[in-house]
Amino acid sequence: MNINGILAIYMFEMSRFRRTLFQSVASPVISTSLYFVVFGSAIGSRIQQIDGISYGSFIVPGLIMLSVLTQSVSNASFGIYFPRFSGTIYEILSAPLSYLEVVLAYVGAAATKSFVLGLLILGTAYFFVDMEIQRPIWMMIFLVLTCTTFSLFGFIIGLWADGFEKLQIIPLLVITPLTFLGGSFYSISMLPPIWQKISMINPVVYLISGFRWSFYGKGDVSVGLSLGMILVFLLICISILSYLFKTGYRLKE
Amino acid sequence: MSILEINQLNKTYSNGFVALKNIDLTINKGEIFALLGPNGAGKTTLISAVCGIVNASSGSILVGGHDNVKNYRDARRMIGLVPQELTTDAFITVWDTIKFSQRLFGADYDPEYLEQILKNLSLWDKKNNQIRTLSGGMKRRVLIAKALSHKPDILFLDEPTAGVDVDLRKDMWDQMRVLRESGVTIILTTHYIEEAEDMADRVGVINGGEIILVEDKKSLMKKMGRKQLTVELKEPLDQLPSGLTDYDVQVQDGTLTYTYDSLREEFGVDDFLCTLHDAGLKYKDVQTRQSSLEEIFVELVKR
Repeated sequence: MNINGILAIYMFEMSRFRRTLFQSVASPVISTSLYFVVFGSAIGSRIQQIDGISYGSFIVPGLIMLSVLTQSVSNASFGIYFPRFSGTIYEILSAPLSYLEVVLAYVGAAATKSFVLGLLILGTAYFFVDMEIQRPIWMMIFLVLTCTTFSLFGFIIGLWADGFEKLQIIPLLVITPLTFLGGSFYSISMLPPIWQKISMINPVVYLISGFRWSFYGKGDVSVGLSLGMILVFLLICISILSYLFKTGYRLKE
Repeated sequence: MSILEINQLNKTYSNGFVALKNIDLTINKGEIFALLGPNGAGKTTLISAVCGIVNASSGSILVGGHDNVKNYRDARRMIGLVPQELTTDAFITVWDTIKFSQRLFGADYDPEYLEQILKNLSLWDKKNNQIRTLSGGMKRRVLIAKALSHKPDILFLDEPTAGVDVDLRKDMWDQMRVLRESGVTIILTTHYIEEAEDMADRVGVINGGEIILVEDKKSLMKKMGRKQLTVELKEPLDQLPSGLTDYDVQVQDGTLTYTYDSLREEFGVDDFLCTLHDAGLKYKDVQTRQSSLEEIFVELVKR
């Protein structure tokens, strides 16, 4: 195991985060604050409690997920796409590192960033709404699993993309709509029955539901199902990646 | 003793392009080996296959006895690669990038060694500069510093002096020699023949994905070397004297140019000058010239 090599890439990726600390931190904190101002205070005060939770508090887990999902995907995809684009990937490929180690470093860094971000948004939320986290350990488990899974997903996109447009497409056209429709701002039970059924094919529903359960003890689906779905998605990402690496896809001719 | 052994290496790209055909090549420890070839001959593909950037279609590569696929960690640790393109990060500093490379290859952070490399490459005063602020020649040296950061046994230089001015090129050649003194094996690709002529111990010529020839540089030049003897006559000549018609001679005004093969015994310089003398020709000046590696190379590639 080339620990030095893994750490070198990990620190390199984290240093990009530090260099652009203001953008990395300010933009999610500002946008989350705006959500709280608009949905929590302005509109939320006119919305009834959902499952006995005030609307402002209800949307916290969904808002965290919204940022964590998009940031994991864009961080991880950019992290591996950029060296491919600039050509510096030659050094990574010629280094004594296994593919697993390369993934650990890149995905680890991307997941760390979005994990930190998730906690920052949680901290911001405390300024706007009253809330309690009933199961903090489960909250951490869900957060870490989600960061990891979606960073892996982002890494795959970063391998697949052959232009900067493609990097944007998935977060913009897939992740954001799925998150908005996945119950970030409402409970699935508030939908008409037919839409409730359709929502069940949206994987993000399970993520948000499980995460919300760790806060308030209630979710749209059972926590076991949530956890199971995250693990299934994690496994799918790992399988795709290991298949891609076997063929050297987009990295090696 | 060999440090790199390439056996029956083939590479066909997914678009069907055959880049390497049955390459057999052995590199000796401590030598400077120049791989010559026109653009698109397969030089970069060959290097990339050794370094693990391109998967070979078939064949094997042993680096210091380690198979570069099965035992890729040990193999790659021995190699430093300076790529052809100036591919560097833009925003990190020179120091951070070589520190990154050192650790990427599994070595522990060794600031004294890195300092020494930067000083040798005249980059020490630039260590805190962001790479994007450096000139092309400096970026090239940063890439060399990165490649040397983990103390490789073999250094690959893919067109190291492309786009580098003459002064700096001489400087780099000197640095290569210093490196060789320290025991590093150097494999460089180039299409500047003078580079190979000046530096290399052995020369390999690759064309169309095939190694056409591998030869000690001196013996290559001796073997392939055509010599020309130019004789300036005191008086212009209208017609070749009968004794000279057997020779490969061209007449222009008052100058005779005799092209000969330095290895062949018959029709040597001695015979030629005797024949001139016998024909009663007087000469002012005599000059000989040996063909350069470039001419040899062009001839080989044309075949």
